[in-house]
Amino acid sequence: MTQKTGLLQWIDERFPWTSTIEAHLTRYYAPKNLNFWYFFGSLALLVFVIQIVTGIFLAMNYKPDGTLNAAGVPVAFASVEYIMREVPGGWFIRYMHSTGASAFFIVVYLHMFRGLLYGSYRKPRELIWIIGVLIFLCLMAEAFMGYLLPWGQMSYWGAQVIINLVSAIPVVGPDLAVFVRGDYVISDATLNRFFALHVVAIPLVLLMLIAAHIIALHEVGSNNPDGIEIKKKKDASGKPLDGIPFHPYYTVKDMVGVAGFFIIFFAIVFFAPEFGGYFLEANNFIPADPLKTPPHIAPVWYFTPFYSILRAVTYPLFGIDAKFWGVVAMFAAVLIIAFLPWLDRSPVKSIRYKGPIYKVALTLFVIAFLVLGYLGMLEPTPLRTLVAQICSVIYFAFFLLMPWYSKIDPCQPEPERVTWK
Amino acid sequence: MDESRRQLLIATTAVGTAGAVALAVPFVASFAPSERAKAAGAPVEADISKLPPGEMMVVEWRGKPVWILHRTPEMLATLEKIRDKLADPDSEKSEQPPYAKNIHRSIKPEYLIVEGICTHLGCSPTAKFQPGEASGLGAEWLGGYLCPCHGTLFDLAGRVFKNMPAPANLPVPPHKYLSETKILIGEDKA
Repeated sequence: MTQKTGLLQWIDERFPWTSTIEAHLTRYYAPKNLNFWYFFGSLALLVFVIQIVTGIFLAMNYKPDGTLNAAGVPVAFASVEYIMREVPGGWFIRYMHSTGASAFFIVVYLHMFRGLLYGSYRKPRELIWIIGVLIFLCLMAEAFMGYLLPWGQMSYWGAQVIINLVSAIPVVGPDLAVFVRGDYVISDATLNRFFALHVVAIPLVLLMLIAAHIIALHEVGSNNPDGIEIKKKKDASGKPLDGIPFHPYYTVKDMVGVAGFFIIFFAIVFFAPEFGGYFLEANNFIPADPLKTPPHIAPVWYFTPFYSILRAVTYPLFGIDAKFWGVVAMFAAVLIIAFLPWLDRSPVKSIRYKGPIYKVALTLFVIAFLVLGYLGMLEPTPLRTLVAQICSVIYFAFFLLMPWYSKIDPCQPEPERVTWK
Repeated sequence: MDESRRQLLIATTAVGTAGAVALAVPFVASFAPSERAKAAGAPVEADISKLPPGEMMVVEWRGKPVWILHRTPEMLATLEKIRDKLADPDSEKSEQPPYAKNIHRSIKPEYLIVEGICTHLGCSPTAKFQPGEASGLGAEWLGGYLCPCHGTLFDLAGRVFKNMPAPANLPVPPHKYLSETKILIGEDKA
């Protein structure tokens, strides 16, 4: 650690300021060949900050109240309209928050895909990956609960369908669903607890998980597009030969990513905040009506791949309803991602040196995931259900067959040092 | 190793854990429905004097839609015809009071009273009373309900068709006639 003088010295004698900054920024050595795909980690952090800040300001005017006001409109729904129309700049803050939700998932999906490309989940980064999956689960819970708050038709009926999935669990299911709702139907009680969880509990858990994700990353060091460990080749002072300090090199690089991201993000916020009904669904501009389901209900786009998997299970097993197995399949589809470090038996990490089998498998997986996402937005027909079933099988096969196909895949040798142009 | 100190350590940990678990109980319990939510299930009255044959009205009971369908003789005639297409035509595995466990699933054949909540995932099905091709459900359609969420079909007695996502017929709530034109939903004791 560098010896400081003056005020910094005074602080360093009482708090590990300089050593922390050095460990995580100025003397944290990241591989010098990080490419485009490495933007999305810092962008995810940026979107998290956007959501926290805009969320705090939204909470100042939003009212989690499902009762009807004098005009017969639910108070919660009316308070969102109030933010949009009467609070100065309220529309801007809310559109940043709603666009931020979708942006969060886009960035996180790309961040996860980077892991699949370069084998970032492999030893010694298993814990980073598992913590990442937990972050993803929390993010899904956060998004689901946040979607109830505007108290529109899609909020209400989306939550109704998803909470009813719980009731598919044998024996305890129906009571558990009542327990989650705090009532026999989705009601004011449900809205209030979802608000508390959305604004306090889950963000706190997310914050801690993100901290753990970064601490674990800085312990083992970043992976890179070549999938080789830069810590194996160090100079006399113990600094990795292929490493450069995160600050200023990658802080500057990430600023370029932030600029690019903001151009797209604010283009959506200003010119297409509903994004054709994908970011804000049309039915959610109608106040929640417990007596009438909208003719077409679908989850927001980022849940649709998993929703498709849920719907694709149509056979009862062991005397239990198909809908229970649908729920099991949906959760399994998320949790199976956490097992990747032990499913991949390839001698190399990066797709650059992996063989054709993995490249085909990953391509099929991405296609299946996108098709599932598309089908999840549509009403089911027998043909669509069949396609969803095929894609669900591909989704799970990518993971479950990996121990075999990754082993026999003809790989190329990894280079000694990282490659870059 | 000092055994007695080790035991004290174990005992302290056990007491501390038990205390933490006990403390969690009231917090977890607060998730259950409140006394107010439990009391909100009061019965509701419905006036059916202005409900013409072939039409349906919706009343809210316990926050759920309850349908009252005034069936015409033609509608009632369909109930026997589609028997083979139903998953539970005799309502053996479905929820209803004993007085509604019959083919028309009601006290009076012409009035159907059911909860308009799909037994699959809780959406409210849409009325598709028009028979035939015009319904969009094929020429053989005799009238009934379609759940918009996952496509479950129900007949005009709220009975579910075979091979549908929903496992059971629509539940019939407890109800009774206060007079010829007044129904009390949510209570059936005299």
